[in-house]
Amino acid sequence: MNIFVWLNDQLLRMQWLSDLVTAGVSAVGLDPASRLGGSVQFFVYDVIKIFILLSVLIFAISYVQSFFPPERTRRILGGRSGIWANTLAALLGTITPFCSCSSIPIFIGFTAAGLPLAITFSFLISSPLVDLASVILLASIFSWPIALAYVVVGLVVAVAGGTLIGRAGMEDQVAEFVHGVPVQDGDQDMTRSERLGFAREQVVEIVQRVWPYVLIGVGIGAAIHNWVPGEIITMLLGQDNWWSVPVATLVGIPMYADIFGTLPIAEALVGKGVGLGTVLAFMMAVTALSLPSIIMLKRVVKMPLLVLFLTVVTVGILGIGLIFNTISDWFV
Amino acid sequence: MIIKILGSGCKKCVALGENAKAAAKAAGKQAEIVKVTDFAEIAGYGVMSTPGLVIDEKLVSVGKVLTAEEIGKLL
Repeated sequence: MNIFVWLNDQLLRMQWLSDLVTAGVSAVGLDPASRLGGSVQFFVYDVIKIFILLSVLIFAISYVQSFFPPERTRRILGGRSGIWANTLAALLGTITPFCSCSSIPIFIGFTAAGLPLAITFSFLISSPLVDLASVILLASIFSWPIALAYVVVGLVVAVAGGTLIGRAGMEDQVAEFVHGVPVQDGDQDMTRSERLGFAREQVVEIVQRVWPYVLIGVGIGAAIHNWVPGEIITMLLGQDNWWSVPVATLVGIPMYADIFGTLPIAEALVGKGVGLGTVLAFMMAVTALSLPSIIMLKRVVKMPLLVLFLTVVTVGILGIGLIFNTISDWFV
Repeated sequence: MIIKILGSGCKKCVALGENAKAAAKAAGKQAEIVKVTDFAEIAGYGVMSTPGLVIDEKLVSVGKVLTAEEIGKLL
């Protein structure tokens, strides 16, 4: 057997865990092929798998991220412009430590330092949308081609969205106080043990923050997996319906959840025959935009810029969903 | 002296506040610990990664939970 396939199945997809949970479900007298047994198997296996992957990945990724605090990212991006600067911003967005609660200070910090809106928005779009942990989880749940495709389209939305927002010339649509903010450039160098400590703290903090979303997400996933008839889901979100992508996007936008919580739902939906594009659109809408982040952003930008941002991101997600539904045969 | 903790109420900010309190006590200084949670005010110090530590209006640390000893040295 191909060693890479074996590693992928056992380490990333955790086939051993699935087998173990299946055996455990049978041992307590449930038939894994039955509805109830199947739901229990899906729930237990997914919860354990996501938490193991989450902890390992966040630790490794936070270590890498500790080399790129926002101050350093801002220095790297300073004085650049054009499409390559947007691409660089989008790429840095994937590795900068980030939670939605710090997006506003970063927006203010970047803008105050004179970074163009195009660059700042490329960074802000890519940061929640594409992060390293979610990419590896996608590879675990689906496959590597799908994970890589997700990264590429996520970056395209970030670069194109940032560029468009920059073109609109809305530099004056930022709240006045932002320009008066001083620029601090004092990121401290960290020692290796500080980096390891930072990585450990991140694991604890992120797991504490996301565990309810993961449980809810896996619960919904398990319900879809075994209880909701496939015909109903296909009727609502099937590939033949032109409205499936818009519905998935609009439902996802106001939701505030972590990508880790949405992945099990995505997994179950794909299992029921929902198009890959529809599922990706849903995941992107949930992670890129949420009601709390929109309300926070409203305090630092004026209405026209906010509306432009929401429109650009929504249209980008719709486009990706439709394109992926058309070409999803490539991945199956 | 006034010690300000900049951060939107996350666990790290609480921990940093505790450490600052302990440091001031160990140094035998009268210090008032102020928690700054409004992000416009936080950004006003030029901080992008919380928690931040401000001693007498001077920003001394960002994005880190300093230990009581480390804060003691800064006081």
